[in-house]
Amino acid sequence: MSEIETFYEVMRRQGITRRSFMKFCSLTAAALGLGPAYVPKIAEAMETKPRTPVIWVHGLECTCCSESFIRAAHPLAKDVVLSMISLDYDDTLMAAAGKAAEDAMRDTIEKYKGNYILAVEGNPPLNEDGMYCIVGGRPFVEQLKEAAEHAKAIISWGACASYGCVQAAAPNPTRATPVHKVILDKPIIKVPGCPPIAEVMTGVITYMLTFDRMPELDRQGRPAMFYSQRIHDKCYRRPHFDAGQFVEHWDDENARKGYCLYKMGCKGPTTYNACSTVRWNDGVSFPIQSGHGCIGCSEDGFWDQGSFYDRVTDIKQFGIEANADKIGATAAGVTAGAVAVHAAVSALKRAQKKNEEK
Amino acid sequence: MTDKIVRRNSVYVYEAPVRLWHWVNALSITVLCVTGYFIASPPPSMQIAEAYDQFVFGYIRFAHFAAGMILTVGFFGRLYWAFVGNRYARELFVLPVHRASFWRGVLHELRWYLFLEREPAKIVGHNPLAQLAMFVCITLGLIFMIVTGWALYAQGAGQGSYPDMAAGWVLGLIWNSQWLHTLHHLGMWMIVIFMIIHIYVAIREDIMSRQTMVSTMISGHRMFKDDEEA
Repeated sequence: MSEIETFYEVMRRQGITRRSFMKFCSLTAAALGLGPAYVPKIAEAMETKPRTPVIWVHGLECTCCSESFIRAAHPLAKDVVLSMISLDYDDTLMAAAGKAAEDAMRDTIEKYKGNYILAVEGNPPLNEDGMYCIVGGRPFVEQLKEAAEHAKAIISWGACASYGCVQAAAPNPTRATPVHKVILDKPIIKVPGCPPIAEVMTGVITYMLTFDRMPELDRQGRPAMFYSQRIHDKCYRRPHFDAGQFVEHWDDENARKGYCLYKMGCKGPTTYNACSTVRWNDGVSFPIQSGHGCIGCSEDGFWDQGSFYDRVTDIKQFGIEANADKIGATAAGVTAGAVAVHAAVSALKRAQKKNEEK
Repeated sequence: MTDKIVRRNSVYVYEAPVRLWHWVNALSITVLCVTGYFIASPPPSMQIAEAYDQFVFGYIRFAHFAAGMILTVGFFGRLYWAFVGNRYARELFVLPVHRASFWRGVLHELRWYLFLEREPAKIVGHNPLAQLAMFVCITLGLIFMIVTGWALYAQGAGQGSYPDMAAGWVLGLIWNSQWLHTLHHLGMWMIVIFMIIHIYVAIREDIMSRQTMVSTMISGHRMFKDDEEA
């Protein structure tokens, strides 16, 4: 046996049957939007390629990404991926602690230099030299930079690592900063969401481990296969939107009938994610299906986009709680008033001038 | 009483394509403002039929998109006419900011509207203040609305679609498109305010200035009410 095991060897060691393994390959191909022809390719890659180690670090975060990840809908996928990434370093999931844990990370970096994937959950706060987040006795930002230096690629898990999330919301006292603004010289793939969908996380990591490259990314650096469409585009309540049938109050008849939540401030039309197709918890449901609008958790700065319950959201730049309609209608009203006064004065002036000319 | 005989001379100012553009634009903008307002704040829910047989909000959005596309085509047509039309067709696109006479004209018009000038100016094309307002609110304003509008449309059209290739880069700049909705909405109010002033001033100048205004945008001819020098 070679020094570094293949994915398949790891899986078999974990007690996963060949039949289950093949199922996983077809499931992954489907989730990634690849044709059936890719199933044997995935299988072959996993049987022959040495396992790619993953270092999973945690900055300023709530661990909801990890919570989501370990609840991947298909237990098989979770087991496979967990055994694949093998937790070379993941301070919330691994058994080791203290110095042993930090040593494990250093060993992995040393052993797989330039060959491991760095998964970042949370982000580094930069204020006060990074003292707002200490890992292993040092500011997290140092650990992040150290781990990133020899990484092949970086995965930014969740809204924290991708955009900053709640800790970066205005006024951002700790100067929490998304990973791509700290690590500038590595390919970074953003998997936003608070948390991201488990299947999206396992799909992305499987793709990278299997094909040894980044999936196709969109303009913001998100994997296109999961973030190319909005919640709104594939929402099962969309026919009610087009019909003009909306929930007007949380407890009205329309809410019971499952009408569109647009008027309740649903951010589905501005949110790119796969919730409306993949859904959550084994495909059981997603926010809109449970009767609450999307809050846009996978979008940049979603905490600073006004209320979760308005469509025309507040604009803080004006220093007051005002939205575009309030500002616009006020300005239009003032203009109309000024026009009326101006017209009256004009008429008077004109009459006065005519009198003078007589 | 003044019993002067005035020889009402006229100049052909607005050529047919310019006039056509003006009225098509006016109509599209009206449709866009009304439907746009409803898109942000939908009308009360209607229960005419089952959702699969009812398309009320869909029609509102359709009208918005259709008017937006007409506006876009019209804008490019108007831009083309700036090159091949008469000198007045260029006024919307080129501001003579380097000329002191232009700024003197702006000042004169400001004083005229503040009732500080007794006599209005005699002007063939746009007066300098009007030209400035047109350039900012219509030329730049419409470009802003067209670009942000197409970027929002590109979200629904999908990545890789033509709208996305043309305007999707805006989504890459803005990131959270909720903010883009807000900017587009503020743009609408800017144009509503422009419309109020535009219509008021056109009618006022038609009555009080020394040349025609409203009829000029219909016939194309600007008539002068006196023979005196400008």
